[in-house]
Amino acid sequence: MIINGVAIDATFAEAFPMKATRAIITAQNEKWAMISAQAMTGFATSVIACGCEAGIERVLDPSETPDGRPGVSIMIFAMGGKGLAKQLETRAGQCVLTSPTSALFAGIDGGTRIALGKNLRYFGDGFQVAKLIDGKRYWRIPVMDGEFLAEATTGQVEAVGGGNFLVLAESQPQALAACEAAIEEMRKIPNVIMPFPGGVVRSGSKVGSKYAALGASTNGAFCPTLKGMTKTDLSPEIESVMEIVIDGLTKEDIDKAMRVGIQAVCDLGAANGIKRISAGNYGGKLGPFHFHLQEIMA
Amino acid sequence: MSALTFTLKHQPDQRVDMSPLVCQKLADMPLAEIAALTLQNGKRKIRVDELFIIAGSDAQDIVIKNSFNKLDFIGKELDGGCITVEGDAGAYLGLGMKSGEIEVFGNVGLYAACEMKKGFLTINGNVGDFLGAALPGNKMGMKGGTILVKGNVGERAGDHMRRGNILIEGNAGDYCGSRMTAGTIAVMGQTGKYLGFAMRRGTLLLWNQPQVSARFNDCGAHTLAFLPILFASFKKLNSKFADSSAAFNRVRRYAGDMSEMGRGEVLVKIT
Repeated sequence: MIINGVAIDATFAEAFPMKATRAIITAQNEKWAMISAQAMTGFATSVIACGCEAGIERVLDPSETPDGRPGVSIMIFAMGGKGLAKQLETRAGQCVLTSPTSALFAGIDGGTRIALGKNLRYFGDGFQVAKLIDGKRYWRIPVMDGEFLAEATTGQVEAVGGGNFLVLAESQPQALAACEAAIEEMRKIPNVIMPFPGGVVRSGSKVGSKYAALGASTNGAFCPTLKGMTKTDLSPEIESVMEIVIDGLTKEDIDKAMRVGIQAVCDLGAANGIKRISAGNYGGKLGPFHFHLQEIMA
Repeated sequence: MSALTFTLKHQPDQRVDMSPLVCQKLADMPLAEIAALTLQNGKRKIRVDELFIIAGSDAQDIVIKNSFNKLDFIGKELDGGCITVEGDAGAYLGLGMKSGEIEVFGNVGLYAACEMKKGFLTINGNVGDFLGAALPGNKMGMKGGTILVKGNVGERAGDHMRRGNILIEGNAGDYCGSRMTAGTIAVMGQTGKYLGFAMRRGTLLLWNQPQVSARFNDCGAHTLAFLPILFASFKKLNSKFADSSAAFNRVRRYAGDMSEMGRGEVLVKIT
């Protein structure tokens, strides 16, 4: 398959089941909601070393937030429910509770309930106040700038993590420009996050390493500087490869995000140095979710 | 199906216990059986059809017409369905109500919504003392649900209240929120003496400056984030509480009762 001069490989991305949750952070203005959201989703690019993958889903209009203030919707993904709950609580406690004027609300009404402000309330040292409004419990925790308001729980749902595609380009600037265009479009899709810095990862990995202590190492087949040294997957004109990783609430959400992302890359086309779209997988043996590029773009 | 309607034929001299006439007890019961039910009337029992003209068939939608202030225990332990009272109601309206809705178009007596657990109660007139309170000797009053009063309420509203909302468009009498353990009482009108007497936790939300006793300490003026959410939850009500002009988030906070646990609060709108 070729779109606008860009070859779409007959391969697939392989993804895994994860647990996910969503929270809504509001603040006095969008600037402070975003600061809090960025802190909460920081150091959360990969479950390999961060314990979770997290990202900003979108900015919310005041009319969309529970308290009518500007807000940001964030999502966190982890391999298990226990780990997710721990990450959520730690991050909420250190990054939202501490952030001036912030408030924290559930972003998923159904699912298994996990603690959001339920345990943060103890920071109130006995002066915390519970309010049950329309069936939802909120905690009012006294803090130095006034009160921190946090909904007691949010929902945890089954999700999919690790959807991805690779952009192969003739130069590094061209690969980055294509990825930026893809991310801009993918951020319009609900229920997905791209957890890596700016949504883009330049250090795709393979399973295993020559060093026994490492479970993963650089993906040599896609490293352009190793073209003459390893079994490469790159043609001579490819000088840079970048990857976009997607976590979503459902397979369909990731499908949609991949479609608009790949389309945005292909719109730049071969004229802008984009040569191929590929994807990372482990031979289909590890993850039950397979995203076949050509089917998605058909 | 039309509402199951009980139209009072005459006003008996003695008080009437209306507790058998609740939706869950009358479900699937033929009219003849309903007519043959007996109600305690003073020291004697009388048949329902001796007191009421019965019409309609939908036991989930009960209407009591020509009601007056000696019909006690209307909607006692109501568990689903709807009861409409055209006229006044006596004491113990909605006692221990579990779910469902009651609306009274007149005035109501003592102990309305006493120990209510859930559901929604609207009173378009005035209410007597001990609204949403605990029965004498009991330690736990209203445990959930919402009471909306469009008129005034008597003394001891929310006495021993544990959870839920009491919304009062008019005035509240003395000892409003006394011995409260939690929950919210909102009063748009004036409040009487001894506000929040011995309250442990909970919120008294006031539109007018009350007479605050020495047992409450001034915590200053604040903008509280939970108030917009609370007011948003009132939007669906047919009430002054639903008006956006009634909402505010800037309050003066008084904490008390300091002679008790002292975790309660009186929030007074800053105009």
